[in-house]
Amino acid sequence: MSADANDGLSRRGFLAISAATLGGVMLAPGIRLIEIAGARAPEQSVSRQVRWGLLIDTNKCAPGCDDCVKACATENGLKDTGHPRTDAQWIRKVELKDMRTGRANSVPVMCQHCEHPPCVDVCPTGASFKRADGIVLVDRHICIGCRYCIMACPYKARSIVFEAITDQNPDVPRGNGCAEGCTLCVHRIDRDQQPACVEACTKAGHNAMFFGDLNDPHSEIAQRVAKYASTQIRADFKLNPGVRYQGL
Amino acid sequence: MKTNGTGAFTGRIARAICLLALLLPVLVFASERVPKPVINIDRQGKCVEDSATMRREHPDMLKHQRDLTMHEGIRTRKHSLKECVECHASAKTGSVLGAKGFCQSCHDYASVRIDCFNCHASKPKLASGVKP
Repeated sequence: MSADANDGLSRRGFLAISAATLGGVMLAPGIRLIEIAGARAPEQSVSRQVRWGLLIDTNKCAPGCDDCVKACATENGLKDTGHPRTDAQWIRKVELKDMRTGRANSVPVMCQHCEHPPCVDVCPTGASFKRADGIVLVDRHICIGCRYCIMACPYKARSIVFEAITDQNPDVPRGNGCAEGCTLCVHRIDRDQQPACVEACTKAGHNAMFFGDLNDPHSEIAQRVAKYASTQIRADFKLNPGVRYQGL
Repeated sequence: MKTNGTGAFTGRIARAICLLALLLPVLVFASERVPKPVINIDRQGKCVEDSATMRREHPDMLKHQRDLTMHEGIRTRKHSLKECVECHASAKTGSVLGAKGFCQSCHDYASVRIDCFNCHASKPKLASGVKP
């Protein structure tokens, strides 16, 4: 009896493997019948099939809590230079209050990783770009520090670095005279980790931030977005941000 | 006879001058008047390519790799600047910069400005728990 069960399992396993193999057969170089999901190898380029996104549950985001902001600063080496008005800011807490009802919200706002990013449209050198998986980045090798992107971003998500920086995190190069903003912790995503803000929020037990692939119907974020009402900030601009807010 | 003697003497002086001229570069370099770059490699083992290729082509390798990493998310370690720093940082200063640093000493010698470390870390990431 047990031998039969084992046989059944192995047969099923064999079928699954052959299906996966058949599905993965290359029709042409780079084009597959079925894109095999899973972790990306280091030598593999990012996929257009993926759309990284964030979901922020504003009902769980407590006013005055800045765990995500602190985690971001630690991870990306954003240090206080003593000039708070000009210090780079990748993520900030915004307090909102509906004056008619008195309902208050506190939400973290960072680069919204738009599908149609205005910062990319205005960049004169091509330094501001969108990666295939939807992450909007600045290529500092090309950035000339003109600040057009800072002007163009409706979310005030871009900053410029005014002072020379030393002792950077080796994974996060930053320097004087370049525009920058939230990278969604791209160096961590490429290692299959979550952004630092999401990790800190979960670790502290707030569970107000979710990160994942919006295109993958099995991911938690995609299921939540499908189940609960969520909004994009200034959706009227039709930029289709990858960051969504629940309960706003 | 007399003229022959003068000729031999002149010939001897000419030969001495020629010899001195030939020896001059050797003497100058032997006395170490020309500064040479300091190339200290604390980490044992082989680099990703042979030395001649690395000396000539490392800027191209780094530029090629940076575009792949930045735009396509390809984070292979072979030609990445982070890996250069991991191996070549000095055991004393922990950095590739400084007068005797692996990158800076050569770039100073060749009078080539090195911009990488305006943004990139010149020291490897410290293992968790280690304090600078």
